[in-house]
Amino acid sequence: MGVRDLSCSLAMAEALMEEMEQDETIFIIGEDLTAQGGIFGQFRGLSKKFPDRLIDTPISETSIVGAGVGAALTGMRPFIDMHFADFVTTAMDEIVNQMAKIRYMFGGQATLPLVLWAPDGGGISAAAQHSQCLESWIIHTPGLKVVAPYEPADVKGLIKAAIRDDDPVVFFQHKRLFNWTGPVTEEEYVIPLGKAAIKRPGKDITILTYSRMTYECMEASRALVQNGIDAEIIDLRTLCPLDFELIAQSVKKTQHAIVVHEACLTGGFGAELAARINEDLFEYLRGPVVRVAAKDVPMPFSPVMEKYVLPQIPDILAGVDKAMKNKRPDTNIPHAVNNQT
Amino acid sequence: MKISTDKKISLLKKMVLIRVFEEKTEALYHQELIPGFVHLSIGQEASTVGSCAALRPDDYIISTHRGHAHILAKGAEPKYMFAECFGKTTGYCKGKGGSMHIADFSKGILGANGVVGGGFPIMTGAGFSIKLRNTDQVGMVFFGDGASNRGTFHEAVNMAAVFKLPIVFVCENNQWASTSPAEKMVAGGSVANRAHAYGIPGFITDGSNVLKVLEAVQEAVERARSGRGPTIVENETFRYKGHFEGDRQKYRTQDEIQHYRMHRDPIDRFQTVLIEEGVLTKKAVAAIWAETKTFIDEAAQYGLDSPLPKPEDALKDLFTNP
Repeated sequence: MGVRDLSCSLAMAEALMEEMEQDETIFIIGEDLTAQGGIFGQFRGLSKKFPDRLIDTPISETSIVGAGVGAALTGMRPFIDMHFADFVTTAMDEIVNQMAKIRYMFGGQATLPLVLWAPDGGGISAAAQHSQCLESWIIHTPGLKVVAPYEPADVKGLIKAAIRDDDPVVFFQHKRLFNWTGPVTEEEYVIPLGKAAIKRPGKDITILTYSRMTYECMEASRALVQNGIDAEIIDLRTLCPLDFELIAQSVKKTQHAIVVHEACLTGGFGAELAARINEDLFEYLRGPVVRVAAKDVPMPFSPVMEKYVLPQIPDILAGVDKAMKNKRPDTNIPHAVNNQT
Repeated sequence: MKISTDKKISLLKKMVLIRVFEEKTEALYHQELIPGFVHLSIGQEASTVGSCAALRPDDYIISTHRGHAHILAKGAEPKYMFAECFGKTTGYCKGKGGSMHIADFSKGILGANGVVGGGFPIMTGAGFSIKLRNTDQVGMVFFGDGASNRGTFHEAVNMAAVFKLPIVFVCENNQWASTSPAEKMVAGGSVANRAHAYGIPGFITDGSNVLKVLEAVQEAVERARSGRGPTIVENETFRYKGHFEGDRQKYRTQDEIQHYRMHRDPIDRFQTVLIEEGVLTKKAVAAIWAETKTFIDEAAQYGLDSPLPKPEDALKDLFTNP
């Protein structure tokens, strides 16, 4: 078996194809699924193969998400297409009060094996209502697992894990990554939820990121090398459950950390990560945990303004600089944990 | 519709069970043995019992905040319901749900939903699931006149109609959405009227007549089961108690309640009919009430005697695999 280059959307279609072949309780529900293989080509080939298991619905996001909940409660494994992540607002009761709570509120009687798939992110001049990254709303709701991968290989392995998981998983996928290609092995594999990945090993600073910002961070790392900084880039992949073990391992080693995400700064997941690192790893830190994120405004339409609002490579470089420049005296800091193997 | 004597007796017994359960709950609430709040459905028994009597054990229901009656009518055990209302570990939800969130998935009870109108979209999912699994189950979603004004109602009824989902929408129109009268809040004259806009049948029944309710709902259930799609049944009924226990009910008069109680009480009406028909003697009716009271007292005692959860049990049951 070999390795081919696949786009994120084809990797996803392949994952769905494999899973739907193996498990006939899986079905896809949402808007505009079949006419053109999904609005991003993410369902290419599926409606031909499984004509009864892709359900094109009226424009009724509340009922689409609620239907996913009800189907999951009665023996199915629904894959709910949210169309755009921004539209979670139209189904927030179904996500927050139903999907996230039903298992717990009913004392563990029910399982909700479902995936809520939500294409998110900006950078395509889609303006304020089609460009958001809303993961922190979801993470702030106990009862939901949250995935936000970057590479096609991760998309495939994590989609499969999300489908097989017996809990509700909100799966964010960045719109600008659908055509992003990368190597995907032909052999079947699953990437477990809750495992982050080191996309670039380094020793000087830990850059925590996810989704499309992983790409920007990888690009930024080249510039950092020229400044003599060897950054370790961790793609969190799953935000809940969080792989804090890998984060801790890395921060203990590098003693510096920044968080980079595309969602706006205030109340973003970066705040949570910075707080946890401060609470649990303070003794290892030589500088502040810095957040690099979008500015706190809705996404503007005009490309020049949109670019200004979204975090760019110079912002990441500035974040690294800020984290490494503001060193505290190192008298009380334990020696760096050397676990580079 | 021909209804057997046994079935008639079982309808009465179920209505009495609900009335006695609710009155016991009311008493326990005022003894401060039930935390939070409770929403009683005394007066609405015929609507609920007549509707659930048309279902099979493997059919689904979704209930509301005013849900004890639906859950009892679908076959849940009172002792585990009381235990849940007390927040005990033996309760249906191990004390995590309370009065407003009782569920018994083993009996097709997909839960009482605390969000008004929250059940509609979920039931569409059960409908899709039934179709995809190719069974002939039916889903019944209970709601009030108030919930018929939620957007979820429109989305779900439209979707159920578009896909001919096997769902029966049972509106228990008790005339009052919390403090707001249905006649002022529901446009178009009735909830059932709205069915026509979706091209599906809509019926209004005398919701204090258990046989009339059963007849209408039976037809809707058969329609759903045979793949002909959803129906809205609106049972005109009345709640004797406040929106929640302790509600001062300044929005309506005691005369209104007394009038309904005197002339349209669903249990009084039905037991009078059964006595007149010779199905039951007065003595037999009295025995049903006495047996039910003993049964409910024992069920409540089970709940009271049950252990409280450990505080840290609060951290369990979030995920199946954390």
